[in-house]
Amino acid sequence: MSGEHSTYTPTSGLERWVDSRLPLPRLLHDSFVAYPVPRNLNYAYTFGAMLSVMLLVQIVSGVVLAMHYAAETTVAFNSVEKIMRDVNHGWLLRYMHANGASFFFIAVYLHIARGLYYGSYKAPREILWILGVVIYLLMMATGFMGYVLPWGQMSFWGATVITGFFSAFPLVGEWIQQFLLGGFAVDNPTLNRFFALHYLLPFMIAGVVVLHIWALHVTGQTNPTGVEVKTKTDTVPFTPYATLKDALGVSVFLIVFAWFIFYMPNYLGHPDNYIPANSLKTPAHIVPEWYYLPFYAMLRAITFNVGPIDSKLGGVLVMFGAIIILFFLPWLDTSKVRSAVYRPLYKLFFWLFVANAILLGWLGSRPAEGVYVILSQLGTLYYFGFFLVVMPVLGFVEKPKRIPNSITEAVLQKRPGGTPAAL
Amino acid sequence: MAGHGEERKAVSEHKTSAHQMGGHAAGPDGEREPTRRDFLFLTTGMAGAVGVAAVAWPFIDQMRPDASTLALASIEVDVSSLQPGMSLTAKWRGKPIFIRNRTPEEIEEANAVALAQLKDPVARNANLPADAQATDIDRSAGKGKENWIVMIGSCTHLGCVPLGQAGDFGGWFCPCHGSHYDTAGRIRKGPAPQNLAVPTFSFVSDTVIKIG
Repeated sequence: MSGEHSTYTPTSGLERWVDSRLPLPRLLHDSFVAYPVPRNLNYAYTFGAMLSVMLLVQIVSGVVLAMHYAAETTVAFNSVEKIMRDVNHGWLLRYMHANGASFFFIAVYLHIARGLYYGSYKAPREILWILGVVIYLLMMATGFMGYVLPWGQMSFWGATVITGFFSAFPLVGEWIQQFLLGGFAVDNPTLNRFFALHYLLPFMIAGVVVLHIWALHVTGQTNPTGVEVKTKTDTVPFTPYATLKDALGVSVFLIVFAWFIFYMPNYLGHPDNYIPANSLKTPAHIVPEWYYLPFYAMLRAITFNVGPIDSKLGGVLVMFGAIIILFFLPWLDTSKVRSAVYRPLYKLFFWLFVANAILLGWLGSRPAEGVYVILSQLGTLYYFGFFLVVMPVLGFVEKPKRIPNSITEAVLQKRPGGTPAAL
Repeated sequence: MAGHGEERKAVSEHKTSAHQMGGHAAGPDGEREPTRRDFLFLTTGMAGAVGVAAVAWPFIDQMRPDASTLALASIEVDVSSLQPGMSLTAKWRGKPIFIRNRTPEEIEEANAVALAQLKDPVARNANLPADAQATDIDRSAGKGKENWIVMIGSCTHLGCVPLGQAGDFGGWFCPCHGSHYDTAGRIRKGPAPQNLAVPTFSFVSDTVIKIG
C-alpha cells in the first residue's frame, strides 16, 4: 500500500507550484482519495471516522467552553451554571461537550470491539493496535479530568476516589497522591492542574491519532475476511467508496448524538453533580461516568488479600491490569486465523466477552454489596480469563473454517453471479 | 578548522583508516587521540543532560503541595456541647475530622473484640508509637478520656467520608465501596486496608481539642 506510486497529477499551474514546494495536496490525495481499501469493508469499519469527528467536536466545543469557564473552586460550579443560563448557546455547547465525551467512548468501544472481532491487532498491525490503546488511555485520563471541572459532588468525590488509587502503592503511594493533588485532599490546586491538563491532552491525542493513521496506512486496513489484500481487484479507492460509507455512518451516529443533546442531555450524567462539591459529605453512592464502570466493578471485586498484597492494592492492580493487558493482545492470541468469521469457538467467547463487559458495567453502577460483589468477581475472572487463557489456548485447539483465497473470492461467493464491477 | 572537517569525520568512523592517515589523529599505540569534536560532543552532551535535568526539576516539583498548603494551621475545636452519643465533624487539611463522645456501650463493644479478630491490628494513632496495638484505649483519647475518639474521616480505602453510626459494627460505614468500621474506627469488613487514622491532637482544656 505504502509502496505504491502516487497517482496525484497536479492539473493547474498553482497545484504544480505547490506540489514542488510542499506536496501536502499530494499527501492528502494519496491518503484519502486514491488510497486503496479492501472492497469488502462493512459498517464496523466506519467507527474510525466517527472517532475523528468526535475528537474535532470535543476540541472545538471545549475551546469555546474554556472561554467562559473559571477553574477556581469558589467559582467553578457557578461558572458552569452561567454557561448554562447566560452564555449565548452555552447550554448547547456544554451539552454537546458533556455528551460528546460519552459518544466518543461509545465509538471507541465499538471500534475496539471491531478490532477484537476481526483480529485487527495481529501481525503486522501490533504497533497500530498499541497506539490505539495509548489513545484510549489518554481519552480516559482526559475524560476523568474533564468530569472534575464542573466541581459538583461527583466531580469532587470521583477525583478523591480515583487519585486515591495511587495511595494503594506501598511506600511511595501517599507521596504520589499528594503530588497529583497538590495538597492533602482534592482542592483548588487539583482543579487548576486538571483544567490545564484537560486542555492539553486532546492535542496529544490528536498527535497519537496521526501516528495511528500513519501506521494504518503502512499496513493497510484489515477486512472482515482477515485475508490480506493480494491483487488490485481486492481493493477500491478510498474516495468515493470508503468516504461515502464513512459519511453515512457518521451521519447516523451524529443523529443519535443530537437526539441525546436535545432530548435527554442529562441521561448519561449523574444528578449529584448538580450539587456543589462538599469536602465533608460523600454522596451516598459514588458512581463514575458510565464508560469507566466495568473497570470500577473490577476494582471493587477484589475484597480479599492475596499474600502480601492487600485488597486495596489488589483492586488497583486488577483495574490497571485490565487496561495494560490490552497492550499484550497481539502476543496473547496464538491463532493464525485473523477473523472471527472463520473461528467458531473464538466467536462464541468473543460475544461472551462483550456480554461480560456489559454485565461488569452494570455491576459497577450497583452498590458494592451482596451478590453484586460475587458477580463482579466472576466477571473479573472471565475478563482476564479471556485474554490469558482463552486467547492463547484457542489457537491450538480450535479448528477454523475454510478461509477464502482472496477478498475477491469471498465477495463473489457471497453474491453468486456478481462481478467486481457490480460492487 | 573547516579544512580538517572531512578528515576528522573519517577518523571517528574508521579507526584503521585513521591510523593509515597517520598525523595527529592516532597515537603511537594505535589508540585514537580524542579530537576537538569528541571533546565538544562530550561537553555539550554533559551540559545538555545536566541542563535538562536542572530545568526539569522545577517543572516537576511545582506539582507538590505548595507553601500555603503545607503551612497547615492547627485548629481548635470546642467539644463542650457533645453529650455521650453525639459527634461533630471539623475540617482540617481539607479533610473531615470526626470527633465523637462515645457511649459506654460503644466502648464496651469495642473492648470485647479480640485483637486477633482485627483486619488491621495497629492503632494508627499519630499520638502513639507506630507499633501500638489497636486496643480500644489506644484508639481513643487515652486513659480517663476513653469516651473521646478523634479520627480523620477519610476512608483508608479511597478517601470517601464514611457515614457515622452505620454499618454492620455500629461504627462507621463507607458508602463508596462498603468498608465497615467498628465503634473504635477499626476496619472490620470490606476493602479498606487500615483503621481510620487518628491525627495528632491534644485536649487544650476539658472542652477544647487542638488538632495538628
